[in-house]
Amino acid sequence: MGKFIRLKKGFTINLKGKAAPKVVEIDQPETFVIKPTDFHGMYMPKPVVNVGDTVKAGSPLFHDKKHENVLYTAPVSGEVVEVKRGEKRKLLEIKILTDKKIEFEPFRKYSVSEIANLGAAEIKAQILKSGIWPTLVQRPFGIVADPAATPKAIHISAFDTHPLAPDYNVLFKGQDQFFQIGVDILKKLTSGIIHVNTHSTTEISTVFSQVKGAEVNKFSGPHPAGCVGVQIHHLDPINKGDIVWTINPMGVIQIGKLFLNGVYDSSRILAVVGSEVKNPQYYKTYTGASVKKFLEGNLSQDHVRVISGNPLTGTAISKDGHMGFFDHQLTVLPEGDYYEFIGWITPGARKVSFHRALGLLSFLSPGKERVVDTNTHGEPRAFVQSGVFEQVTPMDVLPTHLLKSILAEDIDEMEALGIYEVIEEDLALCEFVDVSKHKVQEILREGLELVQHS
Amino acid sequence: MKFLRNQLDKVKHQFEKGGKLEKYFYAYEAMETFLFAPNTTNGQKGAQIRDAIDLKRLMMTVIVAMLPCLVFGIWNVGHQHFMAIGQAGATMGDKFLIGAIQVIPIVIVSYGVGLGIEFVFAILRKHPVNEGFLVTGMLIPLVMPPDIPLWQVAVATAFAVIIGKEAFGGTGMNVVNIALTARAFLYFAYPTDISGSVWTYLGDAQAVAGYSGATPLSIGAESVTTGESVVTALNSFGAGWNEGVFTLSNLFMGIRPGSIGETSTLMCLIGAAILIATGTGSWKIIFSVFGGAYAMGLLLNLIGGNAFMEMPAHYHLVIGGLAFGAVFMATDPVTASQTESGKWVYGILIGVFTVLIRVFNPAYPEGIMLAILLMNVFAPLIDYFVISANKKRRLQRATV
Repeated sequence: MGKFIRLKKGFTINLKGKAAPKVVEIDQPETFVIKPTDFHGMYMPKPVVNVGDTVKAGSPLFHDKKHENVLYTAPVSGEVVEVKRGEKRKLLEIKILTDKKIEFEPFRKYSVSEIANLGAAEIKAQILKSGIWPTLVQRPFGIVADPAATPKAIHISAFDTHPLAPDYNVLFKGQDQFFQIGVDILKKLTSGIIHVNTHSTTEISTVFSQVKGAEVNKFSGPHPAGCVGVQIHHLDPINKGDIVWTINPMGVIQIGKLFLNGVYDSSRILAVVGSEVKNPQYYKTYTGASVKKFLEGNLSQDHVRVISGNPLTGTAISKDGHMGFFDHQLTVLPEGDYYEFIGWITPGARKVSFHRALGLLSFLSPGKERVVDTNTHGEPRAFVQSGVFEQVTPMDVLPTHLLKSILAEDIDEMEALGIYEVIEEDLALCEFVDVSKHKVQEILREGLELVQHS
Repeated sequence: MKFLRNQLDKVKHQFEKGGKLEKYFYAYEAMETFLFAPNTTNGQKGAQIRDAIDLKRLMMTVIVAMLPCLVFGIWNVGHQHFMAIGQAGATMGDKFLIGAIQVIPIVIVSYGVGLGIEFVFAILRKHPVNEGFLVTGMLIPLVMPPDIPLWQVAVATAFAVIIGKEAFGGTGMNVVNIALTARAFLYFAYPTDISGSVWTYLGDAQAVAGYSGATPLSIGAESVTTGESVVTALNSFGAGWNEGVFTLSNLFMGIRPGSIGETSTLMCLIGAAILIATGTGSWKIIFSVFGGAYAMGLLLNLIGGNAFMEMPAHYHLVIGGLAFGAVFMATDPVTASQTESGKWVYGILIGVFTVLIRVFNPAYPEGIMLAILLMNVFAPLIDYFVISANKKRRLQRATV
């Protein structure tokens, strides 16, 4: 029997441009990309393909020099057209020009009864080879899971509370069987429980509610209730020395397909959302898709920011850029590079604010969907206001003090204050509400890297 | 607006790197961001959107919360002036006029000196001008006696900003409240100037017969030796020239001599309502200061011993500057306790110490100032214990 956890603290940012619940099929994008920069904790990615090579979906593209068995594979079949490198020849992305029809690298197929008798080693070998392994994220640090480790639990957040987040009922509709098989397989990789964490107020898809062999927990409350780190904190917190894995339902379903169908099927549903998108809706595509086709003729203006991911934790990309490995949301917001005459005091309810300070009236109509641009609305300052981060962090963690310990590079203090329990997304709201405009997520990652490499 | 923007853009390059006025960049930036919210956008990774709040707006909210105290204070300075010189019939307009003539220069000097120093430090140390002084600059006049010489305001402000803040690294780094540092500086540097009739502005006029510059706190302190009931002494004070000036309702309303902005408990409560409604000031601190003072007052009532100890506990909430201190000084987020449970302890101790200092240390009748400064110093210690408890919970979990 799962737990029911009520969270009070937090803030749901209600933005305009949510996706209408329909899935559209258009011509697939021509290019797909895998970016090593999407994966934390990568030591040195080493490409195993050259420009001109042809690959199938599931053929290896690169691997980390420190973990050569974890392969990062092609999401689609086609020809490698670019191996992009940055400063110091750091590998940035590998681009594939896709075939009309996708060809799959064959992996071993298993029947349901065979799967029941599989051992952990065999399972790991198949997932590692297929390129699905990197969907397993290891806490602490939010890095690609270490195949040699045995996590004390695996957590799956079955809902997303980020601004403009896609509805998982649409994303994973009809994938019940694959999700179930995926859970069955993952169960053999942990000494503990698989947690499937659902939202109490929205209708729960049968994909999650009917799953067997996992603990289905319910959460209520505003964002960040959907962040898996917050959920772990309340179900089975991470202590020093613990290892916990998290995985998006997408990854679980891919694992299910890998074992049942013997292919790395990276097909996914992408939500194209945001106030500047004419028809916010869902599209069928594959991991790492070029966003060009989804935006062409679909934008209400030109001066926009295109974000792979959600507005709180996403990455800005260009209008012909490519989606990140983990992202199932493409957000387009107005760019905010304008001056605003005495903008620091003008009253109004147009701008979203968690605060209620003089003239900030958005708290009066929380149900209204708003347009928010990328302006910083102020300049960076020293820490002044206290108690705000705590109001948007539904965990027994003191974000202000944790951040200060990171700025002071005090590793013992970071450990004591619970840095193992959080990654960027868990504290992203702090960055949003911060009066002093700190780069909270950047600071946190610096701290995580300090601890990880100490 | 367009014109203003163009003018700013026209001169901007001179202040930027390589321009001939490069070293004054932060002074330019302060002016520019005051006129126009900046056009900066969020980074490529992480939060792509930000809350509409910034520090300027936060500080403005606090200033607005102080306005009732300021306006009432201006009127009250005028009112007390006419009462003391025996012209009880003066009009409202006259009272505001006299009050304004006395108060506005103090505000101007406080802002002028403080912001001047801020700009100099910003240029010298190459950091942006912080908005913190917008609030401090208003707090300082409100805790000044109306008859204070302007040069003393200037010296106190300079001392507070340089020694109290910049020496520690600027806004956000200071240990003690800056406005209270200014007040404490005057208190200890010019003790003779900050007592007696300084609480009422007399000007060139002669005080009426029977006029006394005593404050409720000094009456309380005197009661220890005379043994007379404090309430009786307060009620009968002012007979002949300012009847009933220290009755309970008058003390609550604040129609009495005292520092410019801190006499009226009512106006402070209006300010508190603004701070709490906007989420700018911590309600935990405000409530716990009042609660702590009241509880300590009650305890002293129970113990008894002398007339001041027997003064009804609720009088402690309306005499002196307790309300003003609780609402505007104790809630300063930089110098207060920064953990949520720590704020309770911090506030309660301020209340308790205020009453203790008032009752048992008649040499310094204004207890709230010293209590807040003391707790400012101890706030990090309170936080230390709260943080240690958080760490301990995490450690205990690990062993289970």
